[in-house]
Amino acid sequence: MSRIGTIARRSFLVGSAAIVGGVAFGVYKMNQPDRNPLTAGPGEAALNPFVFIDQNGVTIITPRAEMGQGVQTTLAALAAEELDIDWQDVRVLHGPPAAAYYNSALLGTALPFKEYARSDFLRGVSGQVDKTAKLLGLQITGGSTSMKDGFDRLRMAGASARETLIRAASDRLGIAADKLRTESGAVIAPDGTVLRYAELAERAAETEVPQPPLRDPSTWRYIGKSMPRLDQAAKVTGTAEFGIDVRRDGMKFATVRMNPRLGGGMKRFDPAPALDLPGVEKVIDLGHGIAVIASNTWLAFQGAEAVTIDWDNAPDPAEQDAIWAGIEAGFDTRPNSKLRNDGDVDAPVPGATELTAEYRVPFLAHATMEPMNATALYTGDGLELWCGAQIPTLARDNCAAALGLDPAQVRLTTTFLGGGFGRRLEVDFAVYAALIAREMPGTPVQVTWTREEDMRHDFYRPAAIGRFRGAVKDGQAVMMDGAIAGFPLAAQVAKRWLGVPFAGPDKVHVEGAFDQPYAIPNYRIAGYQTDTEIPLGNWRSVGASVNGFLHDSFIDELAHAAGRDPLDFRLDLMRGEHAPSAGCLEAVRDMSGWTGRTPDGIGRGVAFTYSFGTPAAQVIEVADEDGGIRIRRAWIACDVGLALDPAIVEAQMFGGMMYGLSAACFGEITFAGGEVEQSNFPDYDALRMHTAPKTEVTILETAEHLSGAGEPGTPPSMPALANALFDLTGTRARELPLMHRFDLLV
Amino acid sequence: MATQLRINGETHQVDLPDDVPLLWVLRDEIGLTGTKFGCGVAACGACTVHIDGEAVRSCQVALSDVWGDVTTIEGLGTPDAMARIQQAWVEQQVAQCGYCQSGQIMQAAALLAETPDPTDAEIDEAMAGNLCRCGTYPRIRAAIHSASRKMQEA
Ligand code: FES
Ligand code: FES
Repeated sequence: MSRIGTIARRSFLVGSAAIVGGVAFGVYKMNQPDRNPLTAGPGEAALNPFVFIDQNGVTIITPRAEMGQGVQTTLAALAAEELDIDWQDVRVLHGPPAAAYYNSALLGTALPFKEYARSDFLRGVSGQVDKTAKLLGLQITGGSTSMKDGFDRLRMAGASARETLIRAASDRLGIAADKLRTESGAVIAPDGTVLRYAELAERAAETEVPQPPLRDPSTWRYIGKSMPRLDQAAKVTGTAEFGIDVRRDGMKFATVRMNPRLGGGMKRFDPAPALDLPGVEKVIDLGHGIAVIASNTWLAFQGAEAVTIDWDNAPDPAEQDAIWAGIEAGFDTRPNSKLRNDGDVDAPVPGATELTAEYRVPFLAHATMEPMNATALYTGDGLELWCGAQIPTLARDNCAAALGLDPAQVRLTTTFLGGGFGRRLEVDFAVYAALIAREMPGTPVQVTWTREEDMRHDFYRPAAIGRFRGAVKDGQAVMMDGAIAGFPLAAQVAKRWLGVPFAGPDKVHVEGAFDQPYAIPNYRIAGYQTDTEIPLGNWRSVGASVNGFLHDSFIDELAHAAGRDPLDFRLDLMRGEHAPSAGCLEAVRDMSGWTGRTPDGIGRGVAFTYSFGTPAAQVIEVADEDGGIRIRRAWIACDVGLALDPAIVEAQMFGGMMYGLSAACFGEITFAGGEVEQSNFPDYDALRMHTAPKTEVTILETAEHLSGAGEPGTPPSMPALANALFDLTGTRARELPLMHRFDLLV
Repeated sequence: MATQLRINGETHQVDLPDDVPLLWVLRDEIGLTGTKFGCGVAACGACTVHIDGEAVRSCQVALSDVWGDVTTIEGLGTPDAMARIQQAWVEQQVAQCGYCQSGQIMQAAALLAETPDPTDAEIDEAMAGNLCRCGTYPRIRAAIHSASRKMQEA
């Protein structure tokens, strides 16, 4: 049994009404305490849902999943800072699915207001929304919220655990608590007596203290420093356990093959050709597809391909042109939102130059490096599950529902995620594993998807069309009217995850456009929606991945129409509106030595997007070389308010940019005959070592509030590249991916 | 019929059909899960191992075609006794999700064995087949240069 399985064991066995060991302290008493999902054995203490102590020392239980963003390292640093443990002694585990780990920051960011201009009143409102989030118990890693959510909670958990240990030592030694101090994982008495936390664990479990105050930032040893990541040794030696690496005794290997016409059913299938193949043991009917269980994953792949299947058609238009036409038709409907509507965009401005432009962005797949997979063991009255999940509570609940179990009968271990990017917010792969394992009670079954299955059964970043109208006069933007048509991602997700209908303006649909810090006097952003059954999902930076490109590309066009330097033009509009945003533009200007002029054969573009509370600016430089156009250099500046771990923020910024540039160059999912046409990296490629730009990152900390880093690097990358290509070639890129129009180096 | 393989210095008897790719022999039969599955079509490099020191895509080598001694990421070093290249990777804090890194390291190790002090162009050339969806390339490059220095000092 995994370590977290052991720690969370008792609650699994006896269900949610269980009386569990361990005590919840401090922070959890601020409101109704959530049940501590951890259980302590003899000599152990689950001091709160985040701090577990056993005879080997302290383990920080992280409420968020490690998918490469470094979240476990920084969350552990927050707790360790208060807890006084040495960095080399810090251990981490993913928390089990539990209400205690709900994400308090996510719903707050879903409010339909411009984040950069949020008043204290609105911050108060989002505090109330946090309580709703708690009620929903959404344990989500997403929305660049882990630090917003964890900054206080993990420090408070660490501080309260420290005080508890001091109190336990005080009782044991008969010395007043204020005479004791903590250092290197131990309580130290004035006479030099050292009591290791492990020795105090059992007594501490029975001790309660009020929540102590948090330490002054001037005393921080870990927070704000680039800490050695806790996952590196495992990840360079092949010993990090991803979902696909789970191995149990007697395990079988399976795969799925679902109807490639998304949403369509299955008329009939013949398992015989598969059952004739070596190693194939079982073919399972999953309603809209099949699964094959075998002795080896590859043999399961062969088996799945061999099954003859007669598929039903998809409910959506089968061809890409018809899908585009459906989006265009949305422009003729009532707008879903007008989240920005300043001045009067219809009032004529005498003497102004008007321009219009239309942009298109395609569906995108997530293409996490690790294909979808999950491992399940059905025992007859319970399910054990191992997988990389961004919402473990949803995986648990949906698997329970699929098997007719109570959620308390499902035990889930969250492994490392071989990339998440939003794909592993969905739990389809876990539910399939549960259904397949049910056909082999007592035998663990690992279900791995082929890359082709993964790419053709994603929850796609929705395609969209933007129609923009604007006016410039005397070198300034005087009007901008953006209409964005696409599909209702938020409604689909609300239905799929929460089973609730979604009403009102869909912020996600227009984020990255309506909420940009530009002081344009007549400024409207409207969203239009068309329904669809095509599975839509959250793709790194979500709506901003669409709208960053639409909105900033048009800002660039306005700048050129105004005869202005595109960087100065943005700065002028931004300075009075939001200083940290302007600071980012100034930083990339200075880093890149921006002059607004480039020699022949070189192009430069600037772009800016405010997303997830973080302003981010980028300059991209392209060069015309013999073999094609090279993305040569990139400069990024962001302002996260407080960089809890600068090296991790930097990695997220260039990683986010690379994810966006890859999509901008080569990423598109298209439909033909009701099926996704792309299937693997040869037709859904990404930037590689030889095509990646040399990059410099500057992290600013002037913004008033701490904000996230996982996503904001993505949105500005796409327009920055398109704007650079315009500078190089004079051709305006209004459609992604760029490979169709530009001779990019591959 | 059992096939005999030498993997990380140990001999294994494998009883699987001849056409099963080495990748799936390693992962599902031997239990060496450090070598990853990314695409199955030689397009990502996640499955890279060495056969007689040469970097190969193990998803493309059938069991019956394995022509020499196999080294996987586990054979390079362990968390307690890392190879210098792995130390360089840790020092540069390369890994994000980490899923591609076994393949990246095996590819880079083969490069350094052949070209102890590679130029950026040589790194580009050698590493072009190894995809990283997290975009860790700048730190991979820095780690290769750092490993090169470490290996020459030693
Ligand atoms: S899995 Fe072998 S190259 Fe991708
Ligand atoms: S580190 Fe995630 S794919 Fe390379």
